[in-house]
Amino acid sequence: MRKTIPIPRKNNVPSVGDVLKGQGIPEAVTPDETTTRLAQQSISIYRDHSDPTGIIMEISKPDFTEVYRGEGKNEEETPLDKIYKASDSLALFAVTIGENVGAKISGLFHENEFALGSMLDSAASLGAEMAAQALEKFYAGYLKESGRFDSTVGVMQFSPGYCGWHMSGQKKLFQHLRPDEVGITLRESFLMQPLKSISGVIVVGAKEIFEFDDDFPFCSDCDTHSCRDRIEAVLNQ
Amino acid sequence: MDILQELSENLQRGNGDRVAELTQEAIDERLEPKKILDDGLIAGMAVIGERFKKHEIFLPEVLLAAKAMYAGMDLLKPLLIKEGIPTIGKVVIGTVQGDLHDIGKNLVAIMLKGAGFEVIDLGNDVPPERFIEVAEEEAAEVIGMSALLTTTMPVMKKVIDLAKERGIYGKTKIIVGGAPLSSAYAKEIGADAYCYDGLNAVDCVKGFVGVG
Repeated sequence: MRKTIPIPRKNNVPSVGDVLKGQGIPEAVTPDETTTRLAQQSISIYRDHSDPTGIIMEISKPDFTEVYRGEGKNEEETPLDKIYKASDSLALFAVTIGENVGAKISGLFHENEFALGSMLDSAASLGAEMAAQALEKFYAGYLKESGRFDSTVGVMQFSPGYCGWHMSGQKKLFQHLRPDEVGITLRESFLMQPLKSISGVIVVGAKEIFEFDDDFPFCSDCDTHSCRDRIEAVLNQ
Repeated sequence: MDILQELSENLQRGNGDRVAELTQEAIDERLEPKKILDDGLIAGMAVIGERFKKHEIFLPEVLLAAKAMYAGMDLLKPLLIKEGIPTIGKVVIGTVQGDLHDIGKNLVAIMLKGAGFEVIDLGNDVPPERFIEVAEEEAAEVIGMSALLTTTMPVMKKVIDLAKERGIYGKTKIIVGGAPLSSAYAKEIGADAYCYDGLNAVDCVKGFVGVG
C-alpha cells in the first residue's frame, strides 16, 4: 500500500493551550489577555496558511531493515531496533504542513512581530505533529479494515534523529518512500524542506513490544523523555 | 514619574506606541541619547530578563517587550550613529551551513540587540568562511553559531578551525547554541561557551566584553 493523504486543514489545528505550552507557559499559569489573543491569532494565521499533506507506504521487515540500517550511523542499541523486529506491520511516512507557514513566520520576524512569529512557529510545529498523528490513525484504520488491527495492538511512530536512529536514516527512507511527490525534499545535510515536516516509520504490534526504559546511553542527552508519555498512550490505546 | 522610568515601564508592558512617544519626548527634552538608551530601554529589557529567569514572565512577554524596545531604538539609532556612540559590542550571528532553522538564532539576536549589542545577522545556511570574513571586517567581539541538526553541528568546528588559522581565535569569542548541542560539545570543539537561550547568550556575551 502506498498512498498520498490530504489532511483537512480544519482537522489539523492546534489548541490555544498547546500553543501556549509550546511557548514555555506552564498549564498552571493563566496568561494575560494579550498573550491569549496572540495565541488565537497565530492559530488563525496557521489555519489560513497551512497545507497539511502526507504520504504513507507499507514496508516489509527485510526492506525496513535496510532503511533502518541507513548509512550505518545508528547507536548500537536502540528501542526501535527491538521494536520493529517484534512488530506485525510497518509503514514509512512523511508529512508536511507546507511552505507558506514558514514564509509567514519569517515575514513576521522581519516586521518585528516577534511574539506572533514565535507563536506561529509553535503552532506550526504542533500542526506537523498532528499531521503525523493523522497518518497513524489512517494506517490503523487501514489495518482494521483488513483484520490486522484489534484492541491488543498498539501503534507508535519513530523518526530518524531520535532515540538512537541516526538522522542520516532519512536518506534510505526517502529513497523508498519518495515523499517529493507531496513536496517534501531532503538536503545533503538531511534537513527536510519544508522545515515543518516529519518523516519516520509507523510501527504496529502487540502493545507490550513498545515498553522500554529510558536508560540507553543517548537518553541522557534527551530534554523531553517524551517516550514515557508515548508509551503510556500506547498501553492505554 | 521620571520620563526614563516611565519609558522602561512601558517597554516592560510591551507598549511600543507609548515607548516611541516617550523616546521622542526624551529626545525633545534634550536628554542624551545614550542615557535614554541605557536608563530607559536597556534598563527595561534588563528587568524583563530578570523576571524571565525567575519564571515570573514567559517568552511572549519578553518578545513583546523586545518589539517595544525596537520602536524606541528606531528613533535613537540615527542619533547614536550621528554622535559616534559605539554599542557595547558587536556580534556576528548565523545558522550554520546546511541548516535553515532560524527561530532560535533570531531570538538570540533580538535579545542581544535588546541588551545594547550591535548584531550582524548573516541569516541561515552560512558557509564557515563567511562567519570569519564578516567578523574580521566588523572587528566583532563575538561570533554566534546556531545548529538544529546533529548533521550540521560539525560545521561549527570548521568555523573554529578557520578562526584559529586566521589568528582571531581567542580574541574573537565564539558561542554556540541549538537543541542538539551541549556544554560538553562546545568544549570539545573549542567554542568559548554553549548558550541555551537568548538571555543566557546575553549573559555570556556581556561576560566576554566585560560589561556588568
